[in-house]
Amino acid sequence: MQKHLFLGVEAIGQGAIDGGMSGVYAYPGTPSTEITEFIQDHPLAEERNIHRKWSANEKTAFETALGMSYAGKRAMSCMKHVGLNVAADAFINAAMTGVNGGLILTVADDPSMHSSQNEQDSRFYGKFAMVPILEPSSQQEAYDMAREGFALSELTKVPVMLRITTRLAHSRAGVECSEVLDENQLSMPADPRQFILLPAIARRKYKGLLQRQDLFLKLSEESKYNRYEEGEDKSLGIVACGIAYNYLMEHYPNGTCPFPVLKISQYPLPEKLIKRLNLECDELLVLEEGAPMVEESLKGFFANGTPVKGRLDGTLPRDGELNPDLIAKALGKESFQAYNIPEVVANRPPALCQGCGHQDAYVAMNEALADYTKGRVFSDIGCYTLGALPPYETIYSCVDMGASITMAKGAADAGLIPSVAMIGDSTFAHSGITGLLDAVNEKSSITIVISDNESVSMTGGQDSSALGKIESICIGVGVDPAHIHTIVPLRKNHEEMVRLFRQEFAYEGVSVIIPRRECIQRASSRKRNQK
Amino acid sequence: MKSDIILAGVGGQGILSIATALGEAALADGLLIKQAETHGMSQRGGAVYSHMRISDQPISSDLIPGGSADLILSVEPMESLRYLPYLSETGYLVTNITPFINIPNYPDIELVLAEIHKLPRFIAIDADAIAKEVGSSRASNMVMLGAASPFIDIEFSKIENGIRTIFERKGEAVVNMNLEALRRGRAFAEENR
Repeated sequence: MQKHLFLGVEAIGQGAIDGGMSGVYAYPGTPSTEITEFIQDHPLAEERNIHRKWSANEKTAFETALGMSYAGKRAMSCMKHVGLNVAADAFINAAMTGVNGGLILTVADDPSMHSSQNEQDSRFYGKFAMVPILEPSSQQEAYDMAREGFALSELTKVPVMLRITTRLAHSRAGVECSEVLDENQLSMPADPRQFILLPAIARRKYKGLLQRQDLFLKLSEESKYNRYEEGEDKSLGIVACGIAYNYLMEHYPNGTCPFPVLKISQYPLPEKLIKRLNLECDELLVLEEGAPMVEESLKGFFANGTPVKGRLDGTLPRDGELNPDLIAKALGKESFQAYNIPEVVANRPPALCQGCGHQDAYVAMNEALADYTKGRVFSDIGCYTLGALPPYETIYSCVDMGASITMAKGAADAGLIPSVAMIGDSTFAHSGITGLLDAVNEKSSITIVISDNESVSMTGGQDSSALGKIESICIGVGVDPAHIHTIVPLRKNHEEMVRLFRQEFAYEGVSVIIPRRECIQRASSRKRNQK
Repeated sequence: MKSDIILAGVGGQGILSIATALGEAALADGLLIKQAETHGMSQRGGAVYSHMRISDQPISSDLIPGGSADLILSVEPMESLRYLPYLSETGYLVTNITPFINIPNYPDIELVLAEIHKLPRFIAIDADAIAKEVGSSRASNMVMLGAASPFIDIEFSKIENGIRTIFERKGEAVVNMNLEALRRGRAFAEENR
């Protein structure tokens, strides 16, 4: 009986609530956003007053979740893979401090870069921090892991990583829910020095973390999520991690796979099961979403043991997400394709919405920039990154959250004056403020355009933590108020915008121009909801 | 039974409303579902698709293997062709013929339609025109679902009930308009298959 048709992300939100979570802490990022949104809209979250407001960035999110864990309650922090780069300092050190209340880091990777700058594999972070990793193969497992992950964290005394990928995040399937657990009571850590990573204490904590690795391994070996499935044909043994298991089973309905299969959904790798597969089979094939992390560790440096096939030897592509067809090919199965894409089909890349304020800002910027040589605008992560494409082609960088301001400063330091930063309101709040402080302290000749649409729009119009605060933040950081300008980006204000841009590009110091108009998507959904 | 369906369109056209109606119908029929959606950047006017799998047996993969979809259901003609490598030799392509032009290099619509007409099994329907006739251009996605319904192994009354469920909140008039859109789409497909 299917009880709920849940997206993978919704299953995690429900699982976390049912697991007795007292707070979710997150910054929006595809494909992780809907976990928090689901919790925000959930009646039980409302009833229990579960914390569910957005954080300013992934680092503040994870640290706040750690604070809740310190106080004995269960917390989850959610982010996309590149968000974990921002939160990495907190995450790695939280493995050292350990937890009090159960703490889950849910991180959503984006292989094939559907909505991201890279396809880094978060499992490396889990391994780096030396904590258990859960990687669901189905929406049901995603639910169960979120629900049970807090207890696993409390048992292992470290944060647990729940790693998903885009396909699982944004695919729906039936999920059966279990009993709703109570929240933890407020309770202080048993050891009052647990969270003090002074070197002398940290050295002791690290030894403790190393000692507990045996426990983590034993838990993996006994985990219900890791399973050895018998097979008659020992010419090949297959290791299938996370969602890759489903792609494999697509080709063998009703348990007809002739080869032994090791399904992996909990790490560290279950050594005993891997050794058994290695002993029984002539060759191994590793199917994993993301980087060849498991494959590398099985292959070894000299690769003189059992042959291991996967992403490293070309059996599967080295990059991009897996799918049933790639796995069919790796298994030597013929796949039949009746039709090709006709040549007449043109690419349809995403674009700024018609009527979006970023468009007006870019048109005016381009006119003012015509006075200078090209290549002076550094940009950032958000809808406005689409300004790299025709018809605007205004921006020349998109690297990581906040890098527009700091890269513009660096280029100005090198002599590229003026340099311009184009950043959104939420990205500015996330990671732009500290870079602005650097620029102010050195009186850099840069113009920062904070294109303020009063929401986190690329991820669906969440509340921006800088809403209504941008001018006061800039003044507080030390920007001269005479060089902070706000304008409504509309066609009727075009001449005034061009004039402002020209004036501030020519100013030798830090200036901030804030084109401000609400995101049209958010405005229309607000109007719909008011009806 | 098994129906593997590719839903296609442009971000903002609301293909997920078709998936929701169909999902409701399949659930009511006691069937299993997996449905992969496109979220994120492409929703800003880019090409979007959804893999919808309905079966009375457990479904493994969230994605439909190439060359095996029973149906491509597209609310935009050029988008219907983008996913042809998924269509099985015996599959149907059901598409709206009204182009959604938001790129400078959109091909000549006659060339697009000519490619559709080369297929052995297709339904090309002016869903926008039919939707306007029944009362609102916003009903065009339900016209499309109706046009695809003869090729999906779910009882038609269950699909009608699915529509009732999702539009219930908006009142009887909206429900009836969408049901009419669905029936008109189905009638067109049955006359033109």
